[in-house]
Amino acid sequence: MGVEFVQFSLTPILIGVLAAVACALPGNFLILRRQALIGDAISHVVLPGIVVAFLITGTVAAIPMLLGAGAAALVAVVLIEAIRRLGGIEPGAAMGVVFTALFAGGVLLLEQSDTSGVHLDVEHALMGNLETLIWLRAEGWSSLIDPVALAGLPPELPRMGFVAGSIAVLTWVFWRPLKLSTFDEGFAQAIGLPVSAIGLGLVVTAAVAAVAAFDAVGSIIVIAMFICPPAAARLMTDSLSAQVWWSVFFAILSAIAGYVLAGYGPIWLGFSNSVSAAGMIATISGAILGLACLFGPRRARVGVSAGA
Amino acid sequence: MPEVLTLAARDGQATGPEADPSSPLALRGLTVSYGEKPALFSVDATFPAGAMSAIIGPNGAGKSTLLKASLGLIPRVSGQVTVFGQPLAAARDRIAYVPQRASVDWDFPTTVIDVVLMGRYRKLGLFGRVSRAERALATEALARVGMDAFAGRQIGQLSGGQQQRVFLARALAQEADLYLLDEPFAGVDAATERAIIDLLKELKAQGKSVIAVHHDLSTVTAYFDHVFLVNVRAMAEGPVDTTFTPSALAETYGGRLAATQLADLALTVG
Repeated sequence: MGVEFVQFSLTPILIGVLAAVACALPGNFLILRRQALIGDAISHVVLPGIVVAFLITGTVAAIPMLLGAGAAALVAVVLIEAIRRLGGIEPGAAMGVVFTALFAGGVLLLEQSDTSGVHLDVEHALMGNLETLIWLRAEGWSSLIDPVALAGLPPELPRMGFVAGSIAVLTWVFWRPLKLSTFDEGFAQAIGLPVSAIGLGLVVTAAVAAVAAFDAVGSIIVIAMFICPPAAARLMTDSLSAQVWWSVFFAILSAIAGYVLAGYGPIWLGFSNSVSAAGMIATISGAILGLACLFGPRRARVGVSAGA
Repeated sequence: MPEVLTLAARDGQATGPEADPSSPLALRGLTVSYGEKPALFSVDATFPAGAMSAIIGPNGAGKSTLLKASLGLIPRVSGQVTVFGQPLAAARDRIAYVPQRASVDWDFPTTVIDVVLMGRYRKLGLFGRVSRAERALATEALARVGMDAFAGRQIGQLSGGQQQRVFLARALAQEADLYLLDEPFAGVDAATERAIIDLLKELKAQGKSVIAVHHDLSTVTAYFDHVFLVNVRAMAEGPVDTTFTPSALAETYGGRLAATQLADLALTVG
């Protein structure tokens, strides 16, 4: 745990943890609202947004990428609503149509445009580039209090930290409205809560988390973290606040264990290459969900009818 | 002759006589539509204070819609809702609402006492602490519906009747003057129905007003003082004794009530 760890592993792990937590927090409410696929949809539709932003600006700088991704996410939300309302189609199907079509469009755009000079490709979109978010300026743990070294941090870290922190604060501030409007929208509205604004705010927050995390870690982690930690957490407890804490714990556990296993697991097994950290983090979160399904104390609850 | 000159409606708002300020819920020209078909058309209603009123009509007549539109849960095309003489937004503190039990997911990760405390959220705001007094109030509301022993229970483990009692306890915790209930007796056991009706009568005795969407015609005379018959349009309203008549029911339900049912009702009304 010396200089090498700080240089090559600390920042990717932290970014992975922050991305996982930023997605898992809104994921709790999305799952309870039967909207879990929104995260999936958003993380797919940001691809064409990013490609278009690159085609317009010619760079892969963060700001145009994030703006493009945000615009694409908005377009997708509007399209999903339009298809649902005008076509009278259930939300899951509308999301499925929109996100596959937009993602496919993004892939086509990417293939047709000249992005050979930059690291913008389908693989990057899926896996992100977690392993490259290293901190070469670091000279050990003491660098954490060294302003010069801190200035050399990968910009994804403070950005992801800001997003994750903001989402945590929003979740805390709007806890009661979120909880009540998720459980009983009619009652929430009857006591004067603006339920449409709350629902929209949740989706926008999820979109911000997805876009920021997509930039740092790719869409595989985003999709997994919106669903796996909250779903596993739901099987551990019958209290919403405990569920949210469990989901944060599972998100952090997945990010750390996934990164370590991806980097060192194959070497421990005698192979010479490491595997994709994003892929391993998502796999670990899936394994946690599997274990929660088998052994979670509240697993019997799902599908049990209340009776009359 | 001011009455003659009064417009029927202006800017979609009915301009009829001012709503009676003592009425807990007065509707003027309420029109609600899902798509192109109106669910309620130009409904006027004046529910009396300190009484138990039933909203009655066939399936699809707009009973629940009337309740939801009165609470602003669904947009109205036109019309006015007045609560104790005030616009809805100014009177929300005085209304308690019991939605249909089936309208929520009882698998939600929360406990009985937590659901009852949701009745306090409007007063608590975002950060108000759940004080010992708030908790005591919620526990007392649970005791009034006979559910205090279940305070810590996960809501998914309750029977349908118990779930309905928890919803009622949440409404009690709102400390309101007007109670709006959407089919409170749907799918509950006989003991719960008894407990709910006793409680509603107790509320009435305290001067509160109760308005319930109700579909069991055989219990109307035993449970309620006032009826409002609706089938998209307002069909009749008034005291049960004079308004809940076989002819008014026949008109409200069209051909949908069998003659034998009407005859049975004539006996209960008679």
